[in-house]
Amino acid sequence: MLHFDVKKLLRAGDHVFHLDAAYCLEEGSLLGIRGASGSGKTSLLRCLAGLSRPDSGCVQMGEDIWFRSQPELFVPPQRRSVGLVFQDYALFPHLTVAGNVLYATGDRERAMELLELTRLTEVAHHFPRELSGGQKQRTALARALGRRPRLLLLDEPFSALDEDLRFSLGDELCRIQGETGVTAILVSHSREEISRLCTEVLELSDGRIVGAGAEDRFDARRAARWAT
Amino acid sequence: MSFDPVPFWVSLHLGLWVTVLLLVICFPLAWIFARSRGRWVPWVESTTTLPLVLSPTVLGFYLLILLSPRGAVGRFFESVFHVRLAFSFAGIVIAGCVSSLPFMLSALRTGILSVPNHLLDASYTLGKGRLETIVRVVIPNMRSSIVAGVVNTFAHTLGEFGAVLMIGGSIPGVTKVVSIAVYERVESLNFGSAHVYAGILVAVSYFGVLLLNRIQRREARR
Repeated sequence: MLHFDVKKLLRAGDHVFHLDAAYCLEEGSLLGIRGASGSGKTSLLRCLAGLSRPDSGCVQMGEDIWFRSQPELFVPPQRRSVGLVFQDYALFPHLTVAGNVLYATGDRERAMELLELTRLTEVAHHFPRELSGGQKQRTALARALGRRPRLLLLDEPFSALDEDLRFSLGDELCRIQGETGVTAILVSHSREEISRLCTEVLELSDGRIVGAGAEDRFDARRAARWAT
Repeated sequence: MSFDPVPFWVSLHLGLWVTVLLLVICFPLAWIFARSRGRWVPWVESTTTLPLVLSPTVLGFYLLILLSPRGAVGRFFESVFHVRLAFSFAGIVIAGCVSSLPFMLSALRTGILSVPNHLLDASYTLGKGRLETIVRVVIPNMRSSIVAGVVNTFAHTLGEFGAVLMIGGSIPGVTKVVSIAVYERVESLNFGSAHVYAGILVAVSYFGVLLLNRIQRREARR
């Protein structure tokens, strides 16, 4: 079970608001977080990954506490079992596809396994600049899975892709998430994308959860319960 | 026309020492300047840029005061390491480091800033610490800046005159570098020999800059 209760003061230009989001997620689920630009989605992911420090609250994955404000505890990202797919993929430009995946795992066999899982074997020796958008996205996903993370975070991974590719890669993501059984959180501003791919949904507005629940019974009343 | 190659060896030796030392000293400094938002940063940064705008003889004069056996640093080196800095090779290495510091520092700082933050974040989430991230992600992605820093520092040190002359004088085989040899040949109206020294210096500097441009063009295409 992933449990988080994240409070943080955020600044987006002149707009200052409080991120205040709490939720519990069953392991193996795929949670979608949607909301308008600047609603705090990426900031929430960064707090879960350990790249930002919340002002208060807690982040707990199973028995492992990754952040707690009282008494103070902060586990840095390198000691959290997380994989993060960045919006612009953040692939290392000086490494090939295989090099990027190997950077995460260090185990050649595991890297080859991931390249097969993400159907990248043919481009294993290509550099990121030689890849299409879809191949970059799959490389970022393979790399994020390299450490066998307990929590996979995906920050708008399809935003730079065209409609057809978004659709097919979305399905592929579901397949991979199903096969690996990793708990995953997908951030997107696309309502359609989240409805199609995720089992549970959170809706953020100005840093607060304004809707939450299982996608087939999305319900604002549940949101009120989670938000309090 | 007499041609003595020894000043070239002294200059080459000096250039290599200064370049290697500055590479090691400037990387952590450049990292702090690039990443820190402290109020003290502009003050320290301005101090390290000072050799760029200060007259080399003024810089050399203050260094001589500091490194002479009566100066604080000179006295310390003499009592602890039994090394005399004034009018010695060690002294001109220090003078060269101070004088060329801004060239290496600004190239490395630019290089560090050119590596996007999300690459560092990606490395941290992949389980790597700061040092491993610097070695495996930051340095390979700022290669052209490192080359720029090395070439500029080496070329500047090779042509250094004022500060080196003030600290080291002109001791053949020890502190007489090629730019001092050119000066002395001109003083004694030996223009033929001065042409040889100056011509080689121009050629070495030109090929250094050419190499830098080629590497930067190749990096830009990546």
